[in-house]
Amino acid sequence: MNTLWDFLSMSDANVRFVTIGSVLLAASSAVVGCFTVLRKRALVGDAVAHAVLPGVCLAFILTGEKNPLILLLGSFLTGWLSLIIIDLVTANSRVKEDTAIGLVLSVFFGIGILLLTSIQHSNNENQSGLDKFLFGSAAALVGQDLITFGAVAVLLLLSVLLLYKEFKLVSFDLAYARTIGLPVRGLELLLTTLTVLAVVVGIQSVGVVLMSAMLITPAAAARFWTDRLGAMVLIAALMSAFCGAAGAYVSFTAPAMPTGPWIVMLLSLLAIVSFILAPKKGLLARYLMQRRLRRQMTRENILKTLFHLGEAKGEYEHSYSKQQILERRRQPLVRMKNGLNALRRQGLVQESSNGWALTPPGKKEAQRIVRLHRLWELYLTEYLHLASDHVHEDAESIEHVLTPELEKRLEELLDYPTADPHHTIIPQQP
Amino acid sequence: MIQHVTNPVLEVHDLTVSYQRKPVLWDVDLTLPQQALVGIIGPNGAGKSTLIKAIMGLLPLNSGFVELFGKPLEEVRKRVSYVPQRESVDWDFPASALDVAMMGTYGQLGLFRRPGSREKKLAMEALEKVGMQDFAHRQISQLSGGQQQRVFLSRALAQDADLYLMDEPFAGVDIATETAIIELLRQMRDNGKTVVVVHHDLQSAQDYFDWIILLNMRLVASGPTEETLTPPLLEKTYGGRLTELSRVSELLQKKQFPIRETKPTRK
Amino acid sequence: MNIDAFWIILTGALVAICCSLLGCFLILRRMAMVGDAISHAVLPGIVLAFLFSGSREVWTMLIGAALLGVACTFLIEFFHKKARVQADASIGVTFTTLFALGIILISVYAGKVDLDQDCVLYGEIAYVPLDIWLTESGMNLGPRTVWIIGGVLVVLLLFITIFYKQLYLTSFDPAFATAIGLSTTLWYYLLMGAVSLTTVAAFESVGAILVVALMVGPPATAYLLTDDLKKMLIISALAGTIASAAGFYLALWLNGSVAGAISAVIGLQFLLAFVFSPGHGLLAKRRQPVAVMKANA
Repeated sequence: MNTLWDFLSMSDANVRFVTIGSVLLAASSAVVGCFTVLRKRALVGDAVAHAVLPGVCLAFILTGEKNPLILLLGSFLTGWLSLIIIDLVTANSRVKEDTAIGLVLSVFFGIGILLLTSIQHSNNENQSGLDKFLFGSAAALVGQDLITFGAVAVLLLLSVLLLYKEFKLVSFDLAYARTIGLPVRGLELLLTTLTVLAVVVGIQSVGVVLMSAMLITPAAAARFWTDRLGAMVLIAALMSAFCGAAGAYVSFTAPAMPTGPWIVMLLSLLAIVSFILAPKKGLLARYLMQRRLRRQMTRENILKTLFHLGEAKGEYEHSYSKQQILERRRQPLVRMKNGLNALRRQGLVQESSNGWALTPPGKKEAQRIVRLHRLWELYLTEYLHLASDHVHEDAESIEHVLTPELEKRLEELLDYPTADPHHTIIPQQP
Repeated sequence: MIQHVTNPVLEVHDLTVSYQRKPVLWDVDLTLPQQALVGIIGPNGAGKSTLIKAIMGLLPLNSGFVELFGKPLEEVRKRVSYVPQRESVDWDFPASALDVAMMGTYGQLGLFRRPGSREKKLAMEALEKVGMQDFAHRQISQLSGGQQQRVFLSRALAQDADLYLMDEPFAGVDIATETAIIELLRQMRDNGKTVVVVHHDLQSAQDYFDWIILLNMRLVASGPTEETLTPPLLEKTYGGRLTELSRVSELLQKKQFPIRETKPTRK
Repeated sequence: MNIDAFWIILTGALVAICCSLLGCFLILRRMAMVGDAISHAVLPGIVLAFLFSGSREVWTMLIGAALLGVACTFLIEFFHKKARVQADASIGVTFTTLFALGIILISVYAGKVDLDQDCVLYGEIAYVPLDIWLTESGMNLGPRTVWIIGGVLVVLLLFITIFYKQLYLTSFDPAFATAIGLSTTLWYYLLMGAVSLTTVAAFESVGAILVVALMVGPPATAYLLTDDLKKMLIISALAGTIASAAGFYLALWLNGSVAGAISAVIGLQFLLAFVFSPGHGLLAKRRQPVAVMKANA
């Protein structure tokens, strides 16, 4: 716990730097990642991430030192090259995009590994730390590295901020962006450049192997919380920044641990929680909504059954036992009991020693549903020319979804009918 | 105008099919006679392809069932042949025209048997029927659109079925190929087969088909050509959607409503 | 060539053949990136199998980890279809999560698991000859890895020859395949199972990245050279074999990782095919329009 306190208090200047650095790196890749994901280029980002490794190694081989600017330049060049090759291969051969991405990713990375291992075996004492690029180590961010990478991250964030509206249009509707005279080609190029830059700075904290997660995961998670791009970018950046800080903490407490996997694990957890729990779009929210609909249908069906029973008798507020209701309409007993109880709470049915009966408001509601059912049946026979013995099943479902506005429309169309296709009376609006 | 026949080759009963929770076909109920050339006609997005995909069991049904030769599809698969839309496959695939035609025989081969000389002969015969024997060893991407369509047809022919369902076999095909194909379909009909074709062009529909299905989200008409290709029925098919039906479809999708309360009773 | 070099090249070649055969079906189904995802995602399975089986119980490890690969494809489908995550994002999220989990497990159980982070990426093919399989009577049967991968290759060859027509048809035209009664889902998962099994068997010796390179590279090269699936399978197996031999010597020369060098050779092979392929290369395409113009004139 003490280490956590030490970390949070930020008394150590080094900790302060590393944390700020990680947060910046993580947030900037998340922001750019949102556009990458929306343009359906998520996996291209993966290829770029792998492709920066040979650039790092080449830059080191050529200069013999780990100057962050030089390494950044090297990785930027090979990152860009990988993108060009992917486009070139897909445009000029029958090889499809996914294959081109997979190929470029593995070949570039393989070359990177070949160079890296070759450097490692060459006994150059300067080389230690190059392998941090594989899985990342935030703690390795010190001094000049931090300033260089931090500056790039700020630059990234600024350019997105300035060109936000243009990027939004390019990601959403390319053709339209072109028609209103935006320099689409240039903007796309810039977005791609930003992606490469984001990768190049991001690998400091997570490493090349898992870098694609920094682009994809926060964006995919944020997408579940909002439909607005601005909010999406913000949420993604916040999630990522939090995980970046957590990564710095791991790096601080357990220097032997690779930080990348921990950051990615945390991000993934956030993403999975979002997939499940996000309001409206989350799995749980959609499941609950389905359940609510099913319950509503059950309740409406019970009301309808009581109405039908009353219709046969000519007396609508008579009481019926559960058995009688079940005879008229088969359904699981528990579900019916729950439905009846809910209806009683709503004051639509009442229970007495004789069983269950519609209350006056209940009768009104039941009448509405039966009316919609029969109107829809009539519509189906009149306008879809279905035989009258084929319309019941359809109306059983549609009665629950028809709105008052549609009800009115159907009435007009059918010229205020009084009887359904089975010559049963359509109950009038009370 | 929905005419039913006794002893149908194909019976579609109260079929409702939806795409992404939105119904695209409502309560389609029709029967088709034996030995007929049937055209499915309707505007874009009317659900023409959906109908034959649903018949072939490629889409889940919300309600209703399909019977072919009075039996469910599972029992009579070998007597039914399906020709998908040409754009649905990757024509860069490493396969020759003969390879594709030979796929028509796979259904009969079962799990383990590999296609041999008998299957090759069947495939060659099928290619001959569509006039593609000279292109048998040509890679499929080197064929023209019309030739590719013929290869698809030959695959169906190699299946030697009794009922054929074809999704837009005339799309993107030159006039010579179209004539050749329709001639072939006529021969097939004369040999007792039933051929169902999704078709776009109203003009040619008149002489091509003996039976017409008019579709626009719902079944407008199904019957002999002279009784169905009438101005009032065409007006109903092409004169816009039924507003209420579209509205309800949208509502079902927006509110994520179940399209049917219960699952269809028969598959 | 000494005996160790022979074993290393043989291992590389066996892995290459396994991967490139399956890779042909993957790239034709446009699922190269799913192959990439599986090759990363089996890692936690391998680590767990190490932990639970204590020793290197070969078959428990293979099967356990392979199941995880299939689970990975299942998760990708689940996120995409049920949770409605965009398709490419769903692949990206799933495999990075599982791979990160694997790396964390390795770091946490560093003492108990005989794997290190770097090995996960580029394997230790150079150590293959060290792990010799001795029978009880003391007979030397050669490296254990060779036997494992050889076994997987036999299984694969049987799978592909027996079910060639199903794999072929479900890859080319899934709708027609379903219409004649083939289950596309079943063949999809069988293929993914085979990919997982191969990945797991190859992982220890060549690492994740070479598995991807071999699954995508040689098939892509072959795809540019032929129009016949059977020939494509043979050519890609050959290309893979050549790459593993050439890669070995390249690595020796540069004193670097064998897996990395093999990937580099694979890239070179593709480049050559991309430019010089008689049917689909850049040069052939340049020439064609001229020929057509001449024919017209």
